[in-house]
Amino acid sequence: MTETTGHPMHELEKVVIRFAGDSGDGMQLTGDRFSVSSAIFGNDLSTVPDYPAEIRAPAGTLAGVSAFQIHISDHDILTPGDSPNVLVAMNPAALRANLHDMAAGSTLIVNTDAFVDRNLTKAGYAANPLADGSLTGFTVFEVPMTSLTLEAAKPSGAKSRDAERSKNFFALGLVSWMYSRPAELTLDWIASRFAKMPTVAEANTLAFKAGYNFGETAELIGGPFTVKATAFKPGTYTSISGNTALAWGLVAAGQLAKLPVFLASYPITPASDILHELSKRQNFGVRTMQAEDEIAAVGAALGAAYGGHLGVTTTSGPGMDLKSETVGLAISLELPLVLIDVQRGGPSTGLPTKTEQADLLMAMYGRHGEAPLPIIAARTPGHCFYAAIEAVRIALKYRTPVIVLSDGYLANSAEPWRLPAVDELPDISVEYAAGPNGPDATFLPYLRDPETLARPWAVPGTPGLEHRIGGLEKADGTGDISYEGANHELMVRTRAAKIAGIAADIPPVDVDDPGGDAEVLVLGWGSTYGSIVAAVERLRRRGLKVARAHLVHLNPFPAGLGDAVKRYPKVLVPENNLGQLTALVRAAFLVDAQVITKVQGQRFLYSEIEAAVLAAMEAGA
Amino acid sequence: MTDIDVPITTKKDWASDQEVRWCPGCGDYSILTAVQMLMPDLGMRREKTVFISGIGCSSRFPYYMNTYGVHSIHGRALPMATGLAVSRPDLDVWVVTGDGDALSIGGNHLIHALRRNVNLTVLLFNNQIYGLTKGQYSPTSEEGKVTKSTPFGSVDHPFNPVSLALGAEATFVARTHDLDRAHMMGVFRRAHDHQGAGFVEIYQNCNVFNDGAFEKITAREARPRMLIPLVHGQPVRFGDTNELGVMVDRQGQAHIVNVADVGEDAILIHDERHDDPGLAFLLSHLARGPSEPTPIGVFRAVDRPDYGSLLNHQVVAAAERFGPGNLTELLSSGTTWQT
Repeated sequence: MTETTGHPMHELEKVVIRFAGDSGDGMQLTGDRFSVSSAIFGNDLSTVPDYPAEIRAPAGTLAGVSAFQIHISDHDILTPGDSPNVLVAMNPAALRANLHDMAAGSTLIVNTDAFVDRNLTKAGYAANPLADGSLTGFTVFEVPMTSLTLEAAKPSGAKSRDAERSKNFFALGLVSWMYSRPAELTLDWIASRFAKMPTVAEANTLAFKAGYNFGETAELIGGPFTVKATAFKPGTYTSISGNTALAWGLVAAGQLAKLPVFLASYPITPASDILHELSKRQNFGVRTMQAEDEIAAVGAALGAAYGGHLGVTTTSGPGMDLKSETVGLAISLELPLVLIDVQRGGPSTGLPTKTEQADLLMAMYGRHGEAPLPIIAARTPGHCFYAAIEAVRIALKYRTPVIVLSDGYLANSAEPWRLPAVDELPDISVEYAAGPNGPDATFLPYLRDPETLARPWAVPGTPGLEHRIGGLEKADGTGDISYEGANHELMVRTRAAKIAGIAADIPPVDVDDPGGDAEVLVLGWGSTYGSIVAAVERLRRRGLKVARAHLVHLNPFPAGLGDAVKRYPKVLVPENNLGQLTALVRAAFLVDAQVITKVQGQRFLYSEIEAAVLAAMEAGA
Repeated sequence: MTDIDVPITTKKDWASDQEVRWCPGCGDYSILTAVQMLMPDLGMRREKTVFISGIGCSSRFPYYMNTYGVHSIHGRALPMATGLAVSRPDLDVWVVTGDGDALSIGGNHLIHALRRNVNLTVLLFNNQIYGLTKGQYSPTSEEGKVTKSTPFGSVDHPFNPVSLALGAEATFVARTHDLDRAHMMGVFRRAHDHQGAGFVEIYQNCNVFNDGAFEKITAREARPRMLIPLVHGQPVRFGDTNELGVMVDRQGQAHIVNVADVGEDAILIHDERHDDPGLAFLLSHLARGPSEPTPIGVFRAVDRPDYGSLLNHQVVAAAERFGPGNLTELLSSGTTWQT
């Protein structure tokens, strides 16, 4: 079926495709299979799903539209793309909900069978957009996908209601032909995935082939196109989402630290997948506990950490609010603990399935008293793996809670990820306290390592180290309760110095400024990485001198950041919030850093950052 | 968990060097003494023993024990203790809490620790008042109670801690009081030896903010007529000459009766091992408050696997079934491709 003789092959550098349909139409599955085919074909790719917060919104409505976007390219790419080149719309609601993202001249492939009065009304269309001329300027391919699927699936013997469910495979077949994806991969996958349901397997296979052949024979589509394989760094790759990468990073960190992982979490969108993934990993010695609430989750993780395990809790913004008192206790007890916050739109319940970066200041300051802790932000789905390991390394070495910031975009989007050589990952193990450290064989639980300022990790079960600690202020060294003013100031300053000192243990800021004479520094953190890199590359192609830096460590800041932000005449900070890193940078370095904001529950498009930087440079010129 | 090589210790070995700072005359002292006297007999090592508390007067307890100890935050002793007990089944984990700590701010954690049957021992010091914050009513204070925060009397209906624990289907539930060291030690020992969550409510006198709350039932001369000792397999009887008993009528209601009036055969036989917590629940709220004859002792003691054991068995079984985790295999477990 890969024969496409008779059709000229058009080569593209890249293409962005969005599959959109009703929640029940299987668009996530369709997109996922297209991604796998493209990855194995050798393209670089980046994907992002967009699905409703409701489990099953009413069929055919705008609220029920589920979409999946994939960007495939013959070169290294970092974002799921800005405006799609192709939209596959399975019904009127899918067209209406996504049309505003489509640029003039782009391609719409619509399932005409779904464009009946009832569906048009549900989608809020007064007239059929396929007939009223409103789609002028787009290349529209009208395909009766439902009826062609039903016809094709007849030999399978599937009832028409079941056969109709195969129409996403028709769409997948059609787009697979259009972009010259090998059909065998998908057909093999259908055979194994539905092995126990032969009728369904047959209906899906027939629908897929019908879609593929429709493209081949109908000559409607203008294809086929091809996107050549990318020149990847050699290695073994897999497709990974941010949540899976965080979970695997924690498993890896447990192995690298030689400690059993203890995860206690309460289900919350969009973080629950980390709990799900780790719950499958008991053979790594991973214990997971679904706690009764967010507070119990962090408390149990802290209890396990006190017992010498690698204590972890995962959550999103509302859960972070609830955990803050226990995080303060962990700071006071100086025990290692890792908190993962997969940020979503807030405040309150906010936008549970949408992304935002607005928890940075809470991570930084959201506790009473002087309560500093290290903060690490992941920047791509694959980087989540390393962010988890780095958080564990710092937590163990400095006996401190560490917050990892991911977000809803990283959590669910996916990219090809080069598997690391496991034996090249760092040893991050630390020693428990083994014996007395004070005069007369006494044990001083708050006697610190002079270099790291970390206190001993003395786990119950160790003879001779019995000691009592708590959330009350402790006397330096002995850890006994102390209400003495000078001691409190010493402890406050010591805890702050311990965290600040981590700056010497992390890489200095890495500024990308090829000419060394850039007029503006674009500074980012977290998931804006891909869009910022793409925007800066485009600005440079315009001949503009733009430098770029991206922070992984948000607290403490890496060495050299102050020099960097003072060196450039203009510092611009794109953030999915109203200026949280911007505020930290301004406060720390007294520079006039300016924020570029977007708080729409959606990631930045690179074109948005590009335009904002251009506007700022013109304004400053 | 019994370890035959445990060194012989005395009460003194279990007392820390910290000065005890409860108010003179506080009921907490006698509870501390009972625990410190009991510990040498439990066959546990000091280094394997951990006391975890929340916030409140009673929660100072860990500082006075020469063991591992954590004085955590208000209401959250049980989550921490749960994480510790589950990850470290070799430890002997005790939770010391109060009526505000365990039943108000930490109420959710208490019912969940009990239903999960986490292997730990909970000592709930119930003095029916907030002491550390100097005298507000608590979730066990009686209706109408006049305190600093209820100058015209409380309109809150109180919790009965034993009823609550039984409602959560706790596997071990007992009640004792701070004026009877031998009774406390007996109940504490049984709670400790129980595999799973051992829950003990201790009537504890706060002589500063709620003095005499339990005096009507715990005063030495009142005890025969006001405390109903529960003994497994025995008729529930009390009184100066054991003349009184508890009978359950045909409507399932429990009553205090003269044994002579109903005959010995009509008296309820206490069965702490009954699978259904219903009878224990009846007994738990026989008294509407500590001014009426009140059952003490072990209400319920049944066997059910504890949460940590079940989880740890799964972890062991997974390693046997799938082999010990291999990171390289995990990272390659999805679709992979070479370039």
